[in-house]
Amino acid sequence: MITLKEAMKLNKEELKEIVSDIKTRVQKSDINAYISLDEGFEGVPVAIKDNIQVKGWNVTCGSKILQGYVAPYDATVIVKMKEAGLAPFGRTNMDEFAMGSSTETSYYGKTLNPKDKSRVPGGSSGGSAAAVAAKEAIAALGSDTGGSIRQPAAFCGIVGMKPTYGRVSRYGLAAYGSSLDQIGPMTQNVEDAAILYDIISGYDPKDSTSARIENPGVSKSLNPDRKFKIGIVPSYIKDASSEVQKAYDKAISILQKEGHTIKEVSLMDARYDIASYYITAMAEASTNLSRYDGVRYGFRAESENLKQMYKKTRSEGFGEEVKRRILLGTFVLSSGYYDAYYIKAQKLRNLIKSEYEKVFSKVDLILSPVAPTVAFEFGSKKTPLEMYLSDVYTIGVNLSGLPAISLPVDEHQGLPVGLQFIAGAFEEQKLFDAALGLERALDSQN
Amino acid sequence: MEFEVVIGLEVHVQLNTKTKMFCSCPTSFAQRQNINTCPTCLALPGALPVVNSEAVKKAMMFGYAINAKINERSVFNRKNYFYPDLPKGYQISQFEIPIVENGYLFIDTQEEKRKIGITRAHLEEDAGKNIHEGAVSKVDLNRAGTPLLEIVSEPDIRSSDEAVAYLKKLHAIVRYLDISDANMQEGSFRCDANVSIRPKGDDRLYTRVEIKNLNSFRFIQKAIDYEVQRHIEAWEEGVYESEVVQETRLFDADRGVTKSMRGKEESADYRYFPDPDLLPVVIPQEFFEEASKIPELPDEKEERFIKEYGIGRYNAALIAGSKEMADFFEKMLSYGIDAKNAVSWLTVELAARLNKSGKDIVDSPVCAERLAKLVQRIEDKTISNKAAKDVLDYLFEHEAEVDEAIEKLGLKQISDAGAIAAIIDEILSANEDKVAEYKNGKEKLFGFFVGQVMKASKGKADPQLVNRLLKERLG
Ligand SMILES: [Zn+2]
Repeated sequence: MITLKEAMKLNKEELKEIVSDIKTRVQKSDINAYISLDEGFEGVPVAIKDNIQVKGWNVTCGSKILQGYVAPYDATVIVKMKEAGLAPFGRTNMDEFAMGSSTETSYYGKTLNPKDKSRVPGGSSGGSAAAVAAKEAIAALGSDTGGSIRQPAAFCGIVGMKPTYGRVSRYGLAAYGSSLDQIGPMTQNVEDAAILYDIISGYDPKDSTSARIENPGVSKSLNPDRKFKIGIVPSYIKDASSEVQKAYDKAISILQKEGHTIKEVSLMDARYDIASYYITAMAEASTNLSRYDGVRYGFRAESENLKQMYKKTRSEGFGEEVKRRILLGTFVLSSGYYDAYYIKAQKLRNLIKSEYEKVFSKVDLILSPVAPTVAFEFGSKKTPLEMYLSDVYTIGVNLSGLPAISLPVDEHQGLPVGLQFIAGAFEEQKLFDAALGLERALDSQN
Repeated sequence: MEFEVVIGLEVHVQLNTKTKMFCSCPTSFAQRQNINTCPTCLALPGALPVVNSEAVKKAMMFGYAINAKINERSVFNRKNYFYPDLPKGYQISQFEIPIVENGYLFIDTQEEKRKIGITRAHLEEDAGKNIHEGAVSKVDLNRAGTPLLEIVSEPDIRSSDEAVAYLKKLHAIVRYLDISDANMQEGSFRCDANVSIRPKGDDRLYTRVEIKNLNSFRFIQKAIDYEVQRHIEAWEEGVYESEVVQETRLFDADRGVTKSMRGKEESADYRYFPDPDLLPVVIPQEFFEEASKIPELPDEKEERFIKEYGIGRYNAALIAGSKEMADFFEKMLSYGIDAKNAVSWLTVELAARLNKSGKDIVDSPVCAERLAKLVQRIEDKTISNKAAKDVLDYLFEHEAEVDEAIEKLGLKQISDAGAIAAIIDEILSANEDKVAEYKNGKEKLFGFFVGQVMKASKGKADPQLVNRLLKERLG
């Protein structure tokens, strides 16, 4: 598949051909990366996760409750993309309302991992990752609340990047956890990710949490030769599978060979990340999703009265995982439990944040696994908690608002193993430079 | 047993900003339902709120006006509940850290000025409106997201009279600041009252009942009086514990009673938490400078009226109590008329006519300039005081200049000494017998001569001049 960088040099006719190639491939494909091949814009086609608003599209967040809803406005990232000559093309599948790590909770069926169709593509941006990996998209947008870009990127063997919180406008991203969500690029390589990141990032007055700071862009000044002090976290690795540990060791030795300084650092027990993350995300989600009430748009269940309308619409419109999270989120915000759960989780979150700050006073970047295992088989996670625990390496980044990039480092029996670099807030240039350097070194090995 | 009444008031003031609290939709009147809406105030997926800085400034101005603490950093929370007129399923409101805290104002009671504490004033967004048409209910979201300032008093108010005085003062303040239209009928100044009683001398707070739906000063007074009476009767009959429970009641204006909304509010757990879409509001320094420049307020104006124009406290308070009235008054004075005359023609004559026709001062058919001119014509003796009342009646009904009206009504006063002397001579010669009686000591007849002269002049003769000239003639 042509890269984003190359595609941006093509003329209209050449792009038309690419689009029709993609269509043919998608039609022949059985991985269900797309919910629908929506189009209607001119430019380089980029696949869009189904929770990002594109004017005129039936954006559903992978949920029955938004069936038939047509977005009347463009998300800020879509406006920026169009201005840069990119065209939203196709809505990619996702876990319902981005709640999941496997894309199994979509109302529109599961997406298969193109590397092994018995396995999940990861989630929640599983459709975007699978589409790029299966050459059904040049590049895609995803959203990352607790690893939803990086983990599917790792499972499918592509590059996925989560920007610093506030770097990319959330205006037009259907909210899951408002204080954690960020939109980011999912691409075939690091340079494409940098290009797409530059296009979608920047201050947006429509998003009060958007960072009002300079955004010089990274793609024009990419430098794979820069040398960094890179932190590794041995205490983190012991719980990862052997193939992930192997990939980690491999990356460390390459980085050392490339002239980077490797330094052991320590972070708080990641179990605290899980607790703080799920309480925060679910609390925010429980009220973010209150607007889906059947009153103004989307699905509405036939009912006798108002109370029944709310109950039936939301009971029938939301899937099991979404309802579970709304219930848990409602619980932790309830009077009598608020201090014990929500407030404590916020204190913990501040602690986690300051831990990262301490580490970044000593090193430029942290190298970390993305997931404890390679892509797992459908149905192998028996309980919701087991699924939640698989997010252990990604959620600290969201809790701390940091940027991170996941890239494929190794392969185990045909399944990709991805690792991530994490940088300090607004240090995206470091992130991309290091990732580009590692990518180049890996390419020259093969 | 003697009881003390304890009242706290919550007032929702709709701020008159150009745009809504968290989006750029206009707050102006819309011809059709759901016209003043956008993704944010419709709560579409992905839409986000942005704080309206004009609303922040107006809230700050209120803070300055009540000598309150203005929090440089305040926080917006989500108040969660489901209702069709609440698109997001939560209202964005300030909870733990409001923008304004710990202020006060003074009210006039019969004996003294009393200080009433204001616990807090916070910013929030209004809901839309549900419209019920038979079996169908509709939602209009034009009002959804309109900025509200909720002003919460301390339980310092001790009677329904004080409650009304407090509300009138608050109303005057927001009008003076021009931060709200404060129109009670249209709902831009809404009040809820928290009422309880306690035996006199007892410091404890007893069961508090909240009364909602109070949309006029008269209803507020009636509702509070009714509720207080209900509490006292329950106490005296020994059923206070069972009859008076912490609840929300609605005032039924037709029947003059309050009715329980039992069950609707009590069980609610709003699950307040900081809105993650809005970072804490940190007020920029220049806002403090801007917002602190507030106009003269009712109390200051009252003092100035007393000092500058020498008018009494009662009238000064009456006029300063309404911005529109005060503006009218000062406009009248700008024509150089005597302040005392201006007071009586405004607060007695014009007010009575407005009252009778159910009009407000802003809709007065006689503008300040004309009323001042009328007073001028009394002062320069063109017309008598009595004739001026007829002129005012005429002006109230007809569009005309003051001099035109005087001319038309033929009420121009005769202040020409020669003309009056001629009438006097006529009267005296027609009543020679009475003149003789007068001169013999029957001084009561003086009034008779004045009456005859006035009658002959069709009331137009300057009475003072008539008096003087008569005295000269009769020796
Ligand atoms: Zn709006």
